[in-house]
Amino acid sequence: MRKIVMPGDLIAKNPRAAGYGTYVEKGKVYAKFLGLLDKTDTSVRVIPLKGRYIPSSGDVVIGIVREVTANGWIVDIYSPYQAFLPVLEYPENAMRNKKVNEVLDIGDAIIGKVLSIDPKMKVTLTMKDKVCKPVRVGRIVAINPARVPRVIGKKGSMIKMLKSELGIQIVVGQNGLIWINGDRRKVSIAEEAIYIIEEEAHTEGLTDRITEFIKKKKGELENAET
Amino acid sequence: MQKPKLIVDGKRLDGRGFEELRPIKIEAGVLKRADGSCYLEMGKNKIIAAVYGPREVHPRHLQDPSKAVIRYRYNMAPFSVEERKKPGPDRRSVEISKVSREALEPVIMKELFPRSGIDVFVEVLQADAGTRTACLNAASVALIDAGVAMRGMVTSVAVAKVEGNIVLDPMKEEDNYGEADVPIAFLIRNDRIESIALLQMDGRLTLEEMKKAMELAKKGAMQIYRLQREAIMKKYMKEETEEPEEENEQ
Repeated sequence: MRKIVMPGDLIAKNPRAAGYGTYVEKGKVYAKFLGLLDKTDTSVRVIPLKGRYIPSSGDVVIGIVREVTANGWIVDIYSPYQAFLPVLEYPENAMRNKKVNEVLDIGDAIIGKVLSIDPKMKVTLTMKDKVCKPVRVGRIVAINPARVPRVIGKKGSMIKMLKSELGIQIVVGQNGLIWINGDRRKVSIAEEAIYIIEEEAHTEGLTDRITEFIKKKKGELENAET
Repeated sequence: MQKPKLIVDGKRLDGRGFEELRPIKIEAGVLKRADGSCYLEMGKNKIIAAVYGPREVHPRHLQDPSKAVIRYRYNMAPFSVEERKKPGPDRRSVEISKVSREALEPVIMKELFPRSGIDVFVEVLQADAGTRTACLNAASVALIDAGVAMRGMVTSVAVAKVEGNIVLDPMKEEDNYGEADVPIAFLIRNDRIESIALLQMDGRLTLEEMKKAMELAKKGAMQIYRLQREAIMKKYMKEETEEPEEENEQ
């Protein structure tokens, strides 16, 4: 099990090894926030246990339109910063002859991608990517953004397993919102599974336990049908 | 009212020695909706702290384009003291909020979250001297629980002069009738006291007394620091030990 570190804990003496979640002062590396220590010979980083989503460019995020303006939409991406989606970043063929609020209106959910962030933390989104689309069906589940890597799993193992076992669509936003679509009962199983992953994120052998859980739930579902 | 005898046979009114803290209980993560929270008891003090953020700042004009703004609200519940306290901010609580905020500000890495705000709320449910120090301890645990980036931990303790003796962590009678009350907060990093984050003084101390007070405070702060760490550790350890039980239920 990985060690839990708190802000200010000395975690390395080699400033070149300092990675995510650390800060260097007088040649020593300290932890920046509460998290799990991941230390190897060449690098040291802190995996956060909690905290808000801080956008970074290239992230796939799920957001909700909060405001419609003449040249785009203001999107809530569940971070300290609201994002802006300009009309120009919306695929042209879906835009033709429509007013801005006819394409997306207040309360609509979207899957978008972070295009850029300026030093003032003005976040710009884009929809010009094949994963991006407005969300009209399915369900959105919100989890602690620090647990997102565990829902995806090592090289996507967890998410692949969920998709193939249940035969549903899942898109995980880096901001902790997850879109699930498919058979309603299976979506419910996936939702439950995601909450378990969130709850038990820092334990070993999680993928195996979740696989088991899903098989069990699927079995129950089939029994109920017959 | 006549001043009671505060020190009898080298012991204090509650039987403590001069260098002893009151019993402390800390629990992290007690509020579900807050990003970070903490419940703390320090003797008869009962404090609850909640941290929200980093989040958007409203009203907008308070935003700082280069760093996060920190807002700290110290508040005493009307029932926290014997005679009902009139609710709402008053001169005292506004001042305590200000100095406590200034104690935390250099510790929080504000520059990582431009244009955002971090809100710290501390409520005194029951007061028994040294509430500002207890509140700072609770706020510090709540901030760490919220996952806010910080340089270290803020730990705070008061020292008082009672009948000519320097004593650690005064309680109500000692605070009311003592000659001096000195709340001190330290920035502790990696088990070491790095700097002083807050120092106030009510009353007078000689230089010698001040040196002694500082020594006592440092010792006391280290004890509290360990308890603060323990409280956070416990929260995350608990999550792990609970899991097997949950699985059995299913």
